Order: sequence, then structure tokens, then C-alpha cells
Amino acid sequence: MKTITRQKPYEEIMQQLEFCSRVFIVGCGTCAATLQTGGLEQVLELKEKLQDSGLLITGWAVIPTACDEMTAAVAAENETAIQGANGILVMACALGVQRVNMYLDQPVLPSLDTLFMGLEEHSGYFMEACAQCGQCVLGYTAGICPVTACHKGLLNGPCGGTNRGKCEVDQDRDCAFTLIYNRLKEQNRLELMKYYHPPRNAQVLPRPRVKILDPKEMEQWV
Amino acid sequence: MGVIFKDLLDSGKFVVTAEVAPPKGTDLEQMLHHIDLLKDRVDALNVTDHQSSVMRFPSLGGCFAVIERGGEPILQMTCRDRNQVALQSDLLLAYTRGVRNVLCLTGDAMTVGDHKQAQGIFELDSVQLLRAIDLLEEGKDMGGNELSGKVSFCKGAIVTPEADPWEPQSCKFEKKVDAGAEFFQTQAIYDLDNFVKFMDYASQFPVKILAGIVLLTSARMAKYMTDNVPGIFVPPVLIDELSSAPKGGALDKGIEIAGRMIAALKKDSICDGVHIMAINREEVVPDILAEAGL
Repeated sequence: MKTITRQKPYEEIMQQLEFCSRVFIVGCGTCAATLQTGGLEQVLELKEKLQDSGLLITGWAVIPTACDEMTAAVAAENETAIQGANGILVMACALGVQRVNMYLDQPVLPSLDTLFMGLEEHSGYFMEACAQCGQCVLGYTAGICPVTACHKGLLNGPCGGTNRGKCEVDQDRDCAFTLIYNRLKEQNRLELMKYYHPPRNAQVLPRPRVKILDPKEMEQWV
Repeated sequence: MGVIFKDLLDSGKFVVTAEVAPPKGTDLEQMLHHIDLLKDRVDALNVTDHQSSVMRFPSLGGCFAVIERGGEPILQMTCRDRNQVALQSDLLLAYTRGVRNVLCLTGDAMTVGDHKQAQGIFELDSVQLLRAIDLLEEGKDMGGNELSGKVSFCKGAIVTPEADPWEPQSCKFEKKVDAGAEFFQTQAIYDLDNFVKFMDYASQFPVKILAGIVLLTSARMAKYMTDNVPGIFVPPVLIDELSSAPKGGALDKGIEIAGRMIAALKKDSICDGVHIMAINREEVVPDILAEAGL
């Protein structure tokens, strides 16, 4: 699984940095490195570009996994360079940005837009597999998620826009319900196509969603 | 008209509906003209709901206009632009203002319209919307609360007889029947043999089927629809017929084809009625009806 990100337009990055003259850049060695949006090469590239735009880069670091707690150690290692900066530009997903924000006092600014959680179907091909809706229907839909595979997120069958098994918004995209139908047919479970799905409950967990492990669970985990 | 649409459906009469499209803006003149032109010629008038995801004057407002001018409206309601609170609330308003027919649709994708940046809601789908209306009719809302004053609607939905593949579409059709749909307006049909096969299947269900008639205005349009519009198949023989029309005569030929199809459907009692969609050519609906002998 990888968090899929894309670079923000350079103009938007500069707009965010409007009040920063000295910048420390943080990259991520995991998802953003794979996606080539925040690995070593992209960090160095952006560093050059920002310097050309007249900004002082006090330092940079590619954290192995920006969203985990190791970020604290990297922050400590780079203390001097970070303290010299009045803005932190993070080339990681929004989780990485928020993790960095927990440890530093300066404004922490995203260089990337976070798009979705991607399942690597085959090498280099990432598919949005789960929208984290909190009410999994995969048991009724032959393991194919209509919430993500149907662009409208429908539950009860195809819309009128499906054509020759493809989706109206993209001729190359399969209609989720053709896939679901075919798979259920192979499994002799077609009766599930007639199953009525009630509207999803949007109040599964109110935002911001928080999960607190109890101490016993924590012990087992450590 | 004075006769309630549901009673007409139940009477066994060959029912004819057409549609009017609200304008983009506040100039209602053309829509009102189309309402006046058609309200006494057809049994009910659909008012489209931001068709093709293009922001317009609301369907509900169009329905009020139909009622004010003495017609019978069918409120088209899509799930694209409103969450369940807004949909239910609009149904309450519709009922208090005399709207008695609702066509439940999922709605086109936001990205096909003129507000591509807008959020498509789709919190409910067409099947869930039909069931939501059922609840309101029982005097309850989707939150499980009691209503003071219920609604009562004749509920409709759509089906695409030429859908490819057909099986997933038929599953959804049957869910809509189970959810209480009383009538169906179909996507445009042009191949009567295929439609008869569809009716052999659909007639086992206790619902009324109104065949969708979309006016063909040129061979080019017919070919475009076959190639690009989901669930529409115009047989080559009809495309040839349109091509063979004299210069400037393709529209007349399209009117003739539409009228001929309606007459054939009625003569052999193939279905319960027709729904005429003369997209942007509402002026010629009376000509289609005349051609059909209605």
C-alpha cells in the first residue's frame, strides 16, 4: 500500500512560502520516494529551484518514513539547520506533514497534494482500493469495492452511464458493477446482485476520527 | 387535464409523457411556452433536474410552473446534488405544492456537466431514493422521526433496455421494482424487436413501462448516439432512412420515425405508453403526436 501524492504547482508552493525566507526541506523515503514526489532526487531538485527563486535553504533531510515517530529523531539530528529556518516545506503525504508539525514550532507547509491510498495491483500501477468508509461491503460485492471502483460510489447496481462494461467518465475504466456481476457469477453467488444496500451511515465515526488502544493491547504490541 | 397521472396509468390508457427543460437563468419564457404548448397534449410533463449535470433553474420550480398553468408535472429528482436531508425536504415542499409524481434518478456524473469542480453527492442512489419516498409516505423520515403530515407520490424510475451488458442492469431494474417503482420511463429505444424482447421480460413485474422516444434530428446525430451514448442503439436501417431524406428534411424524417414507432407500440399494445424526449425541439412534439395519430 502506498499513499499516492502529486506535486503542488510551483506557484502554489511559492505562495505558501510568501512569509518564509529560510526554508528547511523534508522528504520521505517511503511512499513519496516510490511515487517520485518526495524522494532524494525531488528534494534536491526543489532545493535548487527554491534557491534560484532567491530563498535560503538551511538544510534538508529525507526521513525514512515521514509519517512515523522516527521523525522526532531526524528533527533532533538536524536541529541547527531546522532552527535556522522560518518555514518547513514537507515533500510527503499529509500524514507526514502533520507528523512533522507535531515536533516543530515553525510553520510546516505541504509541497504535495495527497490523493488516495493506493494498492499496487502490479508493478507501478496503483489503484484506489479503499475509501476508508467504515462500512465494508466487500463480502457482498465479490471483493470488489463499489465505493471506490464506481466513480459515484453507488451500492445498488450500475447507473445509466455504463456502456459496454465501461464507465461514462472514462472509456478505459471498467464499470464496477460489470466486474462485480462477472465475479459473483463465477462464484455462483449472483443472488447477491439483488441484495439491497441501505444508504451508508456517514456517522460511523464522527470526525476527527480517533482510535485509542487500551494499555493491554499496547503491551501485546510492544 | 384534471386527471391524476397515477389514475391514468392504472386505467390502462396508452399514456404519453413529454419533457420540458428549465432554463439556465431566470428567463422562463421559453420553458413556459413549452409547458403551454404541451400541457394539454400529453398526460404529464417531466421537468428535468439539471440535466447532463448543467446548473439550471430547478426542476421543482419548473414543476410549480406546470401546475400553475394547469398541467400535470413529473418531478425528476437526481441524487447528484443533494444529500438525504435536502432530498427529503424538497419532497415535502413538492407535495405541499401539488406535485404528485416523482421520477427517481441517480443522476449524471458531475464531470460531464458545466460545474466539473463541484462535489457529486450520490449519498443515496435511485433505489435508496425510492425507498426514502416510501418512508415519507409512511409518515417517517430517514432519521426514523415522525412527520407531521405525510406525502404521497406516484413513483417512477428509469431503465435502459439496450444496456450492454444487460444482466447488471436487470438486477438494478428489479431492485427498483422491489423498492416501489410504479412506472418506468426507458432510455431511448429504436429497435422494436429488441424492445419486444425487453417487454417479454419486464411485463412479469407489476409496473407500467413507458418507452423512451428520443427524436432523431439527423443521420449524424443518430450515428453519434449509437457510438457514444450509453444504452442507445439506432439500427442502421433508420440511419439510412435519415440519410436518404431530402436536404433540410431530416427533422421531418425524424418526426415521421418517432410517430411511426409510437403508433406501432400503441397498435400492438407492446407497452403502457411512451415518454417523448425532443431535446431542444419541444416545438415539434405536437407534430410527432399527430404523426402517431394521437
